[in-house]
Amino acid sequence: MLRDITIGQYYAVESPIHRLDPRVKLAGTLLYIISLFVADGIVCYLLAAVFFGFAVRLSKVPLKYMVRGLKSIVFLLLLSVSFNIFLTEGRVIFQVGFLRITVEGLIIAAFMAVRLILLILGSTLMTLTTTPNNLTDGLEKSLGFLNKVHIPVHDMAMMMSIALRFIPILIEETDKIMKAQMARGADFESGNIIKKAKAMVPLLVPLFVSAFRRASDLAMAMEARCYHGGEGRTKMKPLHYNGRDLMAYGILIVYLAVMIVLRVVLPV
Amino acid sequence: MNLIKIAKLIFEYAKYGEDGSVVGASRAIDNVSIDIEKGSFVAVLGHNGSGKSTLAKHLNAILLPTEGTVWIGEDDTKNPDALWDIRQRAGMVFQNPDNQIIANVVEEDVAFGPENIGVPTREIWRRVDESLKAVGMTAFRKKSPNKLSGGQKQRVAIAGVMAMKPDCIILDEPTAMLDPHGREDVIRTVHELNKQENITVVLITHYMEEVIDADRIIVMDEGKVVMDGTPKQIFSKVDQLKKYRLDVPQVTELAYELKKEGIPLEDGILTIEELVNALCQ
Repeated sequence: MLRDITIGQYYAVESPIHRLDPRVKLAGTLLYIISLFVADGIVCYLLAAVFFGFAVRLSKVPLKYMVRGLKSIVFLLLLSVSFNIFLTEGRVIFQVGFLRITVEGLIIAAFMAVRLILLILGSTLMTLTTTPNNLTDGLEKSLGFLNKVHIPVHDMAMMMSIALRFIPILIEETDKIMKAQMARGADFESGNIIKKAKAMVPLLVPLFVSAFRRASDLAMAMEARCYHGGEGRTKMKPLHYNGRDLMAYGILIVYLAVMIVLRVVLPV
Repeated sequence: MNLIKIAKLIFEYAKYGEDGSVVGASRAIDNVSIDIEKGSFVAVLGHNGSGKSTLAKHLNAILLPTEGTVWIGEDDTKNPDALWDIRQRAGMVFQNPDNQIIANVVEEDVAFGPENIGVPTREIWRRVDESLKAVGMTAFRKKSPNKLSGGQKQRVAIAGVMAMKPDCIILDEPTAMLDPHGREDVIRTVHELNKQENITVVLITHYMEEVIDADRIIVMDEGKVVMDGTPKQIFSKVDQLKKYRLDVPQVTELAYELKKEGIPLEDGILTIEELVNALCQ
């Protein structure tokens, strides 16, 4: 089940998008999300979809692979779409009891669905083309200004990258503990939700104990290797903008500008 | 020249009662004095709870002495100004390979130490290249540490320490969680570093097979140094080792038993070859 989620995973190929500075991709995702909320009317959504298609094409990530990630939000999508279809006032085309389908409802629901899908796919594209390390580096650097108001950006970025490193280790450990308990007759499968949740408690206790032990070991190992926070630290792979990144910024700004103009000019 | 000098070291843990108050102290290290020469390969043996890991943690100032002094080169480990210098000079490799790798990519993990001590970017790349080559892990530099075997992870950890250009590496039971194959790899790597790069090695272990090639063996029991000598000297005293609940290498054990049965053999036979030669005379 955990393997089906493509959100937050990295897809390793060589592409111009992969090579972009993570800060560009972070800003780009943010701008794209803003543009989706600016968008209104079919022309705007077409533009957003075309722009996204262009980015996917450049990234060399198969669209099929990305769409698989949508599975996890199907429920949310259906829910919001049906709310919009049934609860919008307007010209009625179909009615069963208190449920009415209106023309306006259909249109709004369709736009809503497109917006949500593009939103998810857009942010998936960022995580698929950026390694977690790069992403934390990008976050650390682009949020660096927060240091001035005493928010420990470096420490938070370090925690994030360590968390990412330990996810597979802890999953493996959970699996081991589960099997060890199943071998002694524990039952994680049957019963209702409450029963299942209760069965998880004896699983979580040893998992937490071991996570804390690991954390203490890791802290010692980091200190032994002279870690003392972000002060005076150099980087093996420092982030530098180059021509490609500036061009990408240019394209993004033009895209957002066109979107805003379209929204203002076109009648809704 | 002595790189590490330990003088009358005592270390005590506070003991806590059931209500959390301090009820006494338990002595993990009891009046230990050791000098370790630069470039030597020293193995520290001991049963669980003998204080050998505690001793190791004193060598790069993770633990500070309750009494006595530890010097690394000219620096006293109690001097807070010298702390980062000491940790750079005396690198440490721990037991659990998973809990000491920080980054998600092998080469970035090796770079972690040099990054912390502020080495310029270009120099970091050079050191990462060199260290990975020294431990034979260059082919894995772009891989995720999660995809490596235990022995490979330990070699990455060693490379991470090497990239800080230490004078000395302290390995605290680096092979305890590895399979025999990985164990062999790690120990061979450490020996190569000792010979080729002239790195001083302090190897803490309880596997006898790993120490027969050391220059010197120190045996600890209940916080004290009880034996100190070359492998040959140490393994000549099979009875004494057994008293400290330590095994001897299988070959030595066999030679010892044969000798007890009346076959004339010298003491402290360490390798199969030696035993074969001695028996075929």
